Amino acid sequence: MHRFANPARFIALARPLTAWFGWSGALLILIALGGGLTVTPSDYLQGETVRIMYIHVPAAWLGMAGWGGIAAASFLQLVWRHPLAAVAARALAVPGAVFAAICLASGSIWGRPTWGTWWVWDGRLTSMLVLFFLYLAYIALAQAAGREESGQRLTALFGLIGAVNLPIIHFSVLWWSTLHQGSSIGLTGTSIDKSLLWPLPLAFFGFTLLFASIVLMRMRTFLADAKVEARLRRMAAA
Amino acid sequence: MKAKNQRLTLALLAVAAVIGAALLAMSALKDQAAYFYTPGDAVRDHLPPDKAIRLGGMVPKGSIQHFPDGVTIRFLVTDGQATVPVRYSGIVPALFREGSGVVADGRFDASGLFMADQILAKHDERYMPPQVAGAMHKTKSLK
Repeated sequence: MHRFANPARFIALARPLTAWFGWSGALLILIALGGGLTVTPSDYLQGETVRIMYIHVPAAWLGMAGWGGIAAASFLQLVWRHPLAAVAARALAVPGAVFAAICLASGSIWGRPTWGTWWVWDGRLTSMLVLFFLYLAYIALAQAAGREESGQRLTALFGLIGAVNLPIIHFSVLWWSTLHQGSSIGLTGTSIDKSLLWPLPLAFFGFTLLFASIVLMRMRTFLADAKVEARLRRMAAA
Repeated sequence: MKAKNQRLTLALLAVAAVIGAALLAMSALKDQAAYFYTPGDAVRDHLPPDKAIRLGGMVPKGSIQHFPDGVTIRFLVTDGQATVPVRYSGIVPALFREGSGVVADGRFDASGLFMADQILAKHDERYMPPQVAGAMHKTKSLK
């Protein structure tokens, strides 16, 4: 892990990975959404709106995985003071927030024809909205902290504590009666028919690769930014 | 103890404490955070009439009756422990149907009839194409 404490070594690896992840992700998404929109059958109850799940489910996963990544990176930052951890956590925040927003919006669009309402304050929807607000707070905090050491540590603490919301989102449909349905995919199997299921894992991996590519891109931007700033400071001092 | 190990212990303790606190809060919220009462809860808790609540459960097969005015319906909601009659006037969501889940906003009247102001269909986690559903349920027409 400390091999990558040297940003130059990290960038040498991140640059090709950004392209590989981005293009393979885009290809998988294209296959998944193309298949999900044209090849798979409609649902016996929901009709065509079932296709929203090919966006909604990966977006929900990435919204949550993004914060999982922030928490893990924050832990690395607080305990091992890894120089790239703060950069990684900050790079995860904006894409994570975007996917959380996609999850909320697509779910709302699905809810109107299926449930008969755009929004309800049940456990699942509320905890997911809280996750989105946590992202906004995290982004504001990270922005305010800038490169200041103590501010970055505070941001990391917030990232770590905010992870408490992740199990709440996941188990909300089990702990409380909610309007949102339970999980369709578990460790033991799935309640989605095979003919409807196959684009879902493709979309899942596709969006995840795209997400990873965006995060790597943002990390490189932050590192380049820091480099420019340091160089300008040196020039001003000379 | 090295500074790094000290930080590791502190961080792990903090995470454990926060998770513990959250679990306690969640179990305390268990009843309050429920989005709806099931008929069993409603009967057990002796909910007073005219208290605004949500009632959720399954609509048993063959329980929906249409009134002659064309917009009023009466149906049953059950959770296996208790069954409650519900009356509603208005447009129901497309997925509201017998054998499926429902969440109704409203209040009980003095006779124990639930007067619903709004009806939401609760979808379950099963997704399948019509052919499969038809083969499984032997339903006449799903379209």
